[in-house]
Amino acid sequence: MSESRVGAGAGTPVIELRGVSKAFGEGDGAVRAVDDVSLTVRAGEIFGVIGYSGAGKSTLVRLVNALETATAGQVLVEGADLTALPERRLRGVRARIGMIFQQFNLLTSRTVAGNVAYPLRVARWPREKRAARVAELLDFVGLADKAKAYPRQLSGGQKQRVGIARALATSPTILLADEATSALDPETTRDVLGLLRRVNAELGITIVVITHEMDVVRSICDRVAVMEQGRVVELGDVYDVFAAPQADAAQRFVGTALHDRPSPEALARLRERHPGRLVTVGVREGASTGTDLFRLLREHEVDGAVVYGGISEVGDRPFGSLTVELDAPDERIAAFLAALRERADVVDLGTAERPLDDPRAWRPAAGPAAPEPGDEPGDPYGAARDDVVRGNLRNFGGA
Amino acid sequence: MNRDWDTLWPLLVGALGETLQMVAIAMVAGGLSGLALGLLLYCTRPGNLLANRVVFGILNAIVNIVRPIPFVIFVTLMGPVTLQVVGTTLGTEAFIFPLSVMMAFGTSRIVEQNLVGIDPGVVEAARAMGASPWRIITTVLVPEALAPLILGYTFLFIAVLDMSAIGGIIGAGGLGDFAIRYGYQRYNWMVVLVTVAVIVVIVQVVQWLGNRLARKALHR
Repeated sequence: MSESRVGAGAGTPVIELRGVSKAFGEGDGAVRAVDDVSLTVRAGEIFGVIGYSGAGKSTLVRLVNALETATAGQVLVEGADLTALPERRLRGVRARIGMIFQQFNLLTSRTVAGNVAYPLRVARWPREKRAARVAELLDFVGLADKAKAYPRQLSGGQKQRVGIARALATSPTILLADEATSALDPETTRDVLGLLRRVNAELGITIVVITHEMDVVRSICDRVAVMEQGRVVELGDVYDVFAAPQADAAQRFVGTALHDRPSPEALARLRERHPGRLVTVGVREGASTGTDLFRLLREHEVDGAVVYGGISEVGDRPFGSLTVELDAPDERIAAFLAALRERADVVDLGTAERPLDDPRAWRPAAGPAAPEPGDEPGDPYGAARDDVVRGNLRNFGGA
Repeated sequence: MNRDWDTLWPLLVGALGETLQMVAIAMVAGGLSGLALGLLLYCTRPGNLLANRVVFGILNAIVNIVRPIPFVIFVTLMGPVTLQVVGTTLGTEAFIFPLSVMMAFGTSRIVEQNLVGIDPGVVEAARAMGASPWRIITTVLVPEALAPLILGYTFLFIAVLDMSAIGGIIGAGGLGDFAIRYGYQRYNWMVVLVTVAVIVVIVQVVQWLGNRLARKALHR
């Protein structure tokens, strides 16, 4: 992914937050939406900020284009300290940062072309240049035939494409995406995320993605910051966060995005159908786990059947696990596992008669707090499954 | 009866002309200043584009004080100001001034209420593109609320037509004055009925036009 980027000076900081806080209200009633956050977004990367609603992520992103002003700390965008600039100058900064929104926020009174042309009018482009640029942008997002349509006549995905074209109009170096796919169905979400990838790869634009969906982070982000109650509780490469989430919130989010490991209930059902020895084998980048697994099965003359699992991509790299039922005399299985453990993370689940709950794989009951009521409705994960996933990941995470 | 109408028709046409003149000037002068006042009310509201608690509080209080004053009293109340501005307290011109002022206050509330319906996200998007408050007012707020604003002004036209009917009290003439003097006071109910019919036709035409324009502005 990074090879295809054309952004000049890739890796240099474009956004720097230094001890930034934002409080709403005053005195005892003040709410700290953002609480002492320091982070750096590098040129050319897709940086994710994930958190439940109310975690402060939307406020955080609005500090970057100065729609909100920080009450403490410094916000540096391309080296300029926004907290030191007067409102008039901030308008110039905003014009160089594109932004897209969950509800698209298109002007209903203007056509698609009119919406895309709007930021160009704000930037005082002459009419002929505007028309050419609008055509170019609509072509890029695949909506050239909708130029004369009004937003009302478009689907959600099309509206977001118009939003993206509009945000890119003045050739910004940074694009802020505030829950840009949260109002879209899964297929349209994939389309829009694909488009954001293109924006990043082909135009070299640094993207900050705000989301509450770990799947969005998994599929497009390079690095991620996990926010909770206004603070960044975890920050790192997406792959590392997936492999070994540290903070409770991070572990919960990772649990929502990966479904490769059987929950206790699923494991109980598995044992009914597959009474033999079950092991879960982690699949990671670099280690050719799949090949190793089947080669070792052959070499040790162990029959293996994949009974559960899944391998998907995290930040373009393979990530997941396979749960396998083994059938062979005990000593051959032992030798096989010993060899496999040298090459991959293995969790032995035992047999139906003698089930093994690897102590490292299961967290004690003092688990994380359940998500606060009124957070994202319909969160599909239950606390139980959450524990399993987290436990297993922690188990694999040391690498 | 027929002989009556020979003299009454020209009077009716003259009264119609006076009413249309009063309403037209009040719609333009009062409508525009009311639009400005309404935009100011909306923008200075806490949390909005030009949030200013003091300015909003003062404007809001003035509008709230003026609007409930019965118009017939307001006209006399404005007398000294009208004398300063127009130079007389009698006649059509003298009546148009308080009519426009009341129209402005009425318009400001209608405008403000219609702007409240605008999605704040759209305003935020414009801000994010670096648009100045003035540009947002002229290119986002007004166009986005255009359809309800058109319907609001249609409503206001009828309210002004209503207010103009009492122009007779300071010698401003108009349809209301005509109906009272030549109909009510002479027990000629036909005159009242014909006047009412003329007003109903005007209102119907304006409402039809307003609905049509509003639908066009909605882009449906």
